[in-house]
Amino acid sequence: MRHTLSLVVENKFGVLARIAGLFSARGYNIASLAVSETLDPTISYMTIVVEAKDEAVLEQIKKQLNKLIDVITVTDFTKKEHIDREMIIAKVVCSTRDKPKLERTLERFVGKIIQCKNDIAIIEAVGDQEQIKKLLEALSTFGIKELVRTGRLAIAY
Amino acid sequence: MTGAEILIECLKREGVEVMFGYPGGQILPTFDKLYDCSIRFILTRHEQAAAHAAEGYARATGKVGVCIATSGPGATNLVTGIANAFMDSSPLVAITGQVPTTLIGNDAFQEADVTGITRPITKHNYLVKDTRDLARIVREAFYIASSGRPGPVLIDLPSDVQKKEAEFIWPEKVELRGYHPTLYGHPGQIKKALKLIESAKRPIIYAGGGVISAGASFLLTDFARQLQIPVTVTLMGLGCFPGTDELFLGMLGMHGTAYANHAIMESDLIIAIGARFDDRVTGKVDAFAPNAKKIHIDIDPSSISKNVKVDVPIVGDVKNVLGQLLEGVDKKPDTKDWLKHIEYLKKKYPLKYQWKNKLSPQYIIEQLYEITGGDAIITTEVGQNQMWAAQWFRYTQPRTFISSGGLGTMGFGFPAAIGAKVGRPDKLVFDIAGDGSIQMNIQEIATCVCNKIPVKVLILNNGYLGMVRQWQELFYKRRYSYTCLYNPDFVRLVESYGGMGIRVTAKEEVRPAIEQAIKADTVVFIDFHIESEENVFPMVPAGEALNRMIEGLA
Repeated sequence: MRHTLSLVVENKFGVLARIAGLFSARGYNIASLAVSETLDPTISYMTIVVEAKDEAVLEQIKKQLNKLIDVITVTDFTKKEHIDREMIIAKVVCSTRDKPKLERTLERFVGKIIQCKNDIAIIEAVGDQEQIKKLLEALSTFGIKELVRTGRLAIAY
Repeated sequence: MTGAEILIECLKREGVEVMFGYPGGQILPTFDKLYDCSIRFILTRHEQAAAHAAEGYARATGKVGVCIATSGPGATNLVTGIANAFMDSSPLVAITGQVPTTLIGNDAFQEADVTGITRPITKHNYLVKDTRDLARIVREAFYIASSGRPGPVLIDLPSDVQKKEAEFIWPEKVELRGYHPTLYGHPGQIKKALKLIESAKRPIIYAGGGVISAGASFLLTDFARQLQIPVTVTLMGLGCFPGTDELFLGMLGMHGTAYANHAIMESDLIIAIGARFDDRVTGKVDAFAPNAKKIHIDIDPSSISKNVKVDVPIVGDVKNVLGQLLEGVDKKPDTKDWLKHIEYLKKKYPLKYQWKNKLSPQYIIEQLYEITGGDAIITTEVGQNQMWAAQWFRYTQPRTFISSGGLGTMGFGFPAAIGAKVGRPDKLVFDIAGDGSIQMNIQEIATCVCNKIPVKVLILNNGYLGMVRQWQELFYKRRYSYTCLYNPDFVRLVESYGGMGIRVTAKEEVRPAIEQAIKADTVVFIDFHIESEENVFPMVPAGEALNRMIEGLA
């Protein structure tokens, strides 16, 4: 099962390597990871989506993360009310004729067309995992040429 | 002050009396300052030995061990020693030279990404990029290494950072917002634990190295005696409870005593204290002590419910938690029948060995125990020598048994003995070795001779990598694939360095040889030519349940 963990970490070089190394050394899986500075330049936030086969594994992951000196807090969003979002940018096959149809599709998903020429539209969209999944299904009817997406970002209520 | 001067000043303020190490190009600025510095420096003959010696020193004294090496190969040679300290939770600060900051990442001469290499085997590590950060980093390193669950911390120090000048500011305290070890047990958990303890019929204490590193041996002894609960210990826990006490069951696990293994399997309550349910201890996890409730006291939350799910976890310093339990206990459990049963198990399944009339390794260790009265520090290498040393010597004091538990590093015992002797010059220090292991750091005879460190090495020489050969005998149809050794003449070898060598080939020579070694004020190798195919029993085959031991004795 997938779980979203939110970490507050020291904003120092090597922190990402420590966390990535911990996951690979202990055989845990990262589904996605997003990291960036915050308003306080000495700390970073990390949102990590982890794959854990049971509660015990998840517990171990959290404990091991907490053990790292540079990790300040670990919050598990699994049982916490939170909002999560990810963003995609995609190149979608779209003729001038199809453009209104694509626009209508995107409206349903907080997305928009950034550019459209030579029958290719570059689009962006933001949503939670379920919305992004549905959007991708909808876009596949147009034909997706290329897709990039961020990891999940999450914040507690 | 230069970075090197700041480093030395910090080490002094941290109370460092001795360092083990080896010089080289990128650590030269620091070695120049060591030249006329009050800290004793022990030059080993290999960096790996410096790390093991620092750990031996740490484990014999309870202080932080310090080792130092140059960049690249110097640092990578420390790696085994650092990994060893990590697995056995020993407080260690390793300092390595690094190429100048301007050359980092350039594949410079003797450059290695040492913080990268040691990341998974240190509790924490630092690459110092600015001399102004150095004092704070050294302070943090010692604090992290010695607090919580102790462990190794590495400081990688580029040569320009050692040379640059900065103002020396000693940080009065350490502030690490991501590091706050839990020191006291949660009162609610203490209550739950006491409830289980008071009503237990067949309780057993399973104690590990955490008891020793917490300095909680006296409290554990009090606790067990007051409540009349028998005690079994891990390899790392030997010495945390008197081996001469009636409540003592010896070591448990793969080569534990049969009575300890049977007792823990039959118990209804396991009180795990500073131990981590290692696979060598539990055997087949699903079959481990099926009827026992489990209380687990450990300072490291990640050790709890990692291998074995426990009923009452208590995170905290073992010493504090034992104090809390002793304070809160209302009534003793009724263990009379249980202790009677334990007596029966001890009689039914005693430790034993064949070859009573020959030069057997167990006999040698028994004699060592009798001659010293147990008042000695024993280090070991890894393999049969280690298991016999664990089984046949009775450890009555903490910090008297120093062995590579988690990592199982051959070559650990001799340099660890050097470190232990440096830290405890008042003690007799013996390394119980095999003919294979001793050759992994045998160059350290020179360190002993040059620094007048009179450790005694008992080589249980069977001409084999004995433990591997034993597995080949039992599980690989006696196909002794590359386990038969060609050995040097250890007596002449040690003599060529200026030490003393004694060869023993018969049983009656054992005592005189050990006595002679003790009298000698130099490093001594006793080369015991033991029975070549003696095995360590009992033995729980890997992956088997703990009570399915091979006895091996007809």
